[in-house]
Amino acid sequence: MSETNTESVVLVGVGGQGILLASEVVASAAMHAGFDVKTNEVHGMAQRGGSVIAQIRYGKEVHSPLVSLGSAKVLVSLEKIEALRYSNYLAEDGLAVVSNQVITPVTVSMGAAKYPDQVEEKLAKTFDRLILMDAAKIAQDAGNIKAANIALLGAMSTNLDLPQEAWHEAIKGCVKPQFVELNLQAFEAGKALS
Amino acid sequence: MAILMSGNQAIARGAYEAGISVASGYPGTPSTEILENVVQYKDTLYCEWAPNEKVAFEVAAAAAISGARSMVTMKHVGLNVAADPLMTLAYTGVEGGFVAIVADDPGMHSSQNEQDSRNYAIFAKIPLLEPSDSQEAKDFIKLAMELSEEFKTPVILRTNTRISHSRTLVETTERSGERNADFQKDPTRWVPVPLWAREMRVKVEERLGKLREAANKSKANRIEWRDKSLGIVVSSISYQYVREVWPEASVLKLGFSYPYPDDLIKEFSAGVDKLLVVEELDSLMEEHIRSIGIDCIGRDFIPGIGELSSDKLRQCRANMEGQKAPEYPIGEYVSELPARPPVLCPGCPHRGVFYALGKHDVVVTGDIGCYSLGAFKPLSRLDTILCMGGGVSMAHGMDKAGEKRKVVGMVGDSTFFHSGITGLLNIAYNKGNSTIFVVDNRTTAMTGHQEHPGTGLTLQGEPTVEASIEEIGKACGIKRVVTIDPYDIPTTMEKISAELEAEEASLIVSRAACPLRHRPVVEKVFQVDQDACVNCRMCTKIGCPAIDGGNDKPQINDVLCIACGICEQICPKKCIKLSDK
Repeated sequence: MSETNTESVVLVGVGGQGILLASEVVASAAMHAGFDVKTNEVHGMAQRGGSVIAQIRYGKEVHSPLVSLGSAKVLVSLEKIEALRYSNYLAEDGLAVVSNQVITPVTVSMGAAKYPDQVEEKLAKTFDRLILMDAAKIAQDAGNIKAANIALLGAMSTNLDLPQEAWHEAIKGCVKPQFVELNLQAFEAGKALS
Repeated sequence: MAILMSGNQAIARGAYEAGISVASGYPGTPSTEILENVVQYKDTLYCEWAPNEKVAFEVAAAAAISGARSMVTMKHVGLNVAADPLMTLAYTGVEGGFVAIVADDPGMHSSQNEQDSRNYAIFAKIPLLEPSDSQEAKDFIKLAMELSEEFKTPVILRTNTRISHSRTLVETTERSGERNADFQKDPTRWVPVPLWAREMRVKVEERLGKLREAANKSKANRIEWRDKSLGIVVSSISYQYVREVWPEASVLKLGFSYPYPDDLIKEFSAGVDKLLVVEELDSLMEEHIRSIGIDCIGRDFIPGIGELSSDKLRQCRANMEGQKAPEYPIGEYVSELPARPPVLCPGCPHRGVFYALGKHDVVVTGDIGCYSLGAFKPLSRLDTILCMGGGVSMAHGMDKAGEKRKVVGMVGDSTFFHSGITGLLNIAYNKGNSTIFVVDNRTTAMTGHQEHPGTGLTLQGEPTVEASIEEIGKACGIKRVVTIDPYDIPTTMEKISAELEAEEASLIVSRAACPLRHRPVVEKVFQVDQDACVNCRMCTKIGCPAIDGGNDKPQINDVLCIACGICEQICPKKCIKLSDK
């Protein structure tokens, strides 16, 4: 636990990537571990293909639902460059877990902006502790590409002090029964990368 | 066991527990999920989407006048629409408990302004409750019912984006306090004609004094004594930030924040060396505290524009103490990252209308909904936005002012039912020449797909009449009424051209269901034939997220494409073709 006795997790990505489900799983795992929990997500306009952020905080007693800059223990990015956009949320010793999935912004499609090159080098330069992974492939191998977000959670899970059972209970409680098994597999496969 | 609930879920649970019998509202971020969660209790209480906030307010007001407990929900700008009944319900008062839930949006995450709706409680001289987390959001509904019935007054419960959309732990209880509707005839109470309204006016002031006493004693207001060198007066979400940034300071936390509990404020200020007021948006508490002769600091250090956060308040604290706050500059590469503005979804039917309108030199007065996104590049085919329904009336105003170009109004289906109809009636009545588009995607899309009077379903999921936009247009007196399929580009272009040339008002209903709601199963998607493509990039100018123009030649993302076919129709080389996924 940090000095304020509150741990912070930031999830970023693009609207429609399943960030809200991932946020629910983290919050639920912290609850199963017996902590006070607060989360925040922005709804509405940002969901239409915009850049989105979800924040989870847990500890003995949590006040603000918002994560302070420089304080997140983990930054999970469902898209390759979004981690760069929100890097200042991460604590100095924090871990970045990044999916290599690229989602081209409409500004790039219409030629008004460029998708940056050498993203992997930029990620490596930005984050001292980085796991860059093919989350989509891991999810596909587990049975469904949509479990990519859970594979990313698996990879970051060892950086948080939440017990294994709490994660499993959370996944069971948050996904539809027919998808529990493949999501657990995706979680474990992600975890093996950490 | 405590349950993790958003503020909006908690308010819905609060409505159930507090014995509310009637809940009405109109969708609007960040308030929408309240009624979407209330509907799970539909076997116990009645809930509905009304066409607009004024109607919703009046429905709930009448339920409370008849003696039942009621609630109305809306976003902050919705209370502007409902301000008329609010101001006079404050005079008549209520018999059963009545609470208006209003959700502010500091920082304008999903709104056109960041008005501070606390002003309405002061304006109407009625109590204001401001929860700081989901538990309070739920508990304050019960408190609102008690206050409302004891003092025969409507109550405002003000939430905001961070309260409504944050999830925190909540302990639930059982339902109690339900009341029967049994209207008691008494014109001196319920008929505010001048004769009786003047008496009511006096009672409003007397009531305000009594409410102030109640606020002084309310459990929703509390002093947390800690170190006494600094005392902070705070309400709503800012309380949480203050507890993080000044963990050692004494705090006067206001949950029942208007009328201001002056005795409590005086007691608190007398017990601390320095008094700081931390409030988001307007300086209402600070100005009041000064007005009763108490010295305090606030706006000199706390910004009044945008939302607060622990980060911002840490900076404020550092400024107050002449220190430097730790800085966390944005990453080295952020400046080179492409922006991700919200865009119309792949396959959005509005795209066809914007594409066709883009061929004409017209002014488009727009409105509030997904089609607001048509203002952005590359579509850039919507020129003004003011308020709900404004797109219709404003086309007429610009036209009558003598605007040289043809003026086109654009409004969505839910927004048309909300407040577009009266604008259309005005155009017909006052012999306007505007062309009005209703872009009907069969749902209230931007707020997450709520039913409305045109969808044929109620909030409670019951089939009902479907209001016809075309018939309403005709009934208003519009002679030219046409319907288009926005996915059929040639016909859409032809019909739009014909209507724009007409020398009289016309109504164009563009009808196609929002694909995000119905999620059509597509077996074939469109692909760009890379050999035939001459890279003219026409297809990238319709702003479809499925068309990836970041390559040598445009490519279509087969996961995102829903085969709407708009790009195929506009490709000059006919090299976009259907193929298996």
